[in-house]
Amino acid sequence: MATILGGIFCSHVPGIGGAIAKGLQRDPYWKPFFDGFDPVHRWLDHARPTTAIVFYNDHGLNFFLDKMPTFAVGAAPDYRNADEGWGLAVSPPFAGEPELSWHVIEALVEAEFDVTTCQQMLVDHALTIPFALAWPGATRWPVRIVPIAINTVQHPLPSPKRCLALGRAVNAALRSWKGGDRILVMGTGGLSHQLDGGRAGHINVPYDRFCMDSLAGDPDAMTTQSSLDVVELAGTQGVEILNWIAARGALGARATELSRTYHIPISNTAAAVMLLEAHDAMQPA
Amino acid sequence: MTTRTIEGTPVFDGAAAQRGYALNAMCFSFNDPANRAAFVADEREYCRKFGLTPEQRSAVERRDIPGLIAAGGNIYYLAKLAGILGLSVQDIGALQTGLSVDQFKAKLLAHAEAM
Repeated sequence: MATILGGIFCSHVPGIGGAIAKGLQRDPYWKPFFDGFDPVHRWLDHARPTTAIVFYNDHGLNFFLDKMPTFAVGAAPDYRNADEGWGLAVSPPFAGEPELSWHVIEALVEAEFDVTTCQQMLVDHALTIPFALAWPGATRWPVRIVPIAINTVQHPLPSPKRCLALGRAVNAALRSWKGGDRILVMGTGGLSHQLDGGRAGHINVPYDRFCMDSLAGDPDAMTTQSSLDVVELAGTQGVEILNWIAARGALGARATELSRTYHIPISNTAAAVMLLEAHDAMQPA
Repeated sequence: MTTRTIEGTPVFDGAAAQRGYALNAMCFSFNDPANRAAFVADEREYCRKFGLTPEQRSAVERRDIPGLIAAGGNIYYLAKLAGILGLSVQDIGALQTGLSVDQFKAKLLAHAEAM
């Protein structure tokens, strides 16, 4: 029987990859953010996950506007990163776990989430940067992955409520998985930021705090708004909080916050790192 | 299509996705370094090949970021063009807000001080 261990929630700003490449982890601009991973590293040493379920959004590496799935689940034996066009070093590849992917897909469709399935899927910085932060310097990743991409690019976006329900359906799927996986959940992106428009540079500290305060104990509090409400509050890219909300659902009914870092700014973003431990993960969400 | 407007905030909806399709397709092609080189070698020809509208071609020529967004460009795809042009997201922010890059960076830092 699988065990759901906990979740890592963190920003995935490309600039973080640049800072890693330049060795700027101790630079005053970057240090407060990178230090947020010290408790994550200690926890990972103890938790020893074998598998990561990663909720993220693609920024135009794998998906283009010709086909834009709302929810896409990877079912590949392996996943490559590739050149995204602006100079970030290409990450080592990721091993998949197709049997678990198909189990999740079957459970999701049974639960009436009609997802897109991907037997080939490039994964972009939204997945690779959190891995580089969680396992610094790794040339081989210690976990297999099931990537789940949520459309945060082209409106209409799925609602926060639907994303939480998706995560809960993934949790139900994991609870019925016969494998002995030790499962880490990841939700990437956010927090508030906006790259485009006259409001570029928008950051909303009170909303970010509300999300961080709600994440462990009351994730439903984040689902009373529409996705456009979230765009207004968190910015056009801050809506990536949808990935966090889905990932929180996948953790199960109860979770405890173990660490939190909130640091402004990284690039144009209010950056955050949170670590949650799952409890009663084997109980219905 | 989205009828709601949010001050200073482009919502990339179905109307924008249709309007911007050619421009975004060109930017998506920049994932390939050979295509980035082809654009640099002959911008006009590259824009023509992707069927950009006159409005989009003019915005590319003028490095007009608000113009590119108005013409349906999505910021995630435009970021790949910005990379070729050597513009950071702070440069893009400054260009859209009428601030200098230093002023834009100072505005971001001010959020930290307000915490």
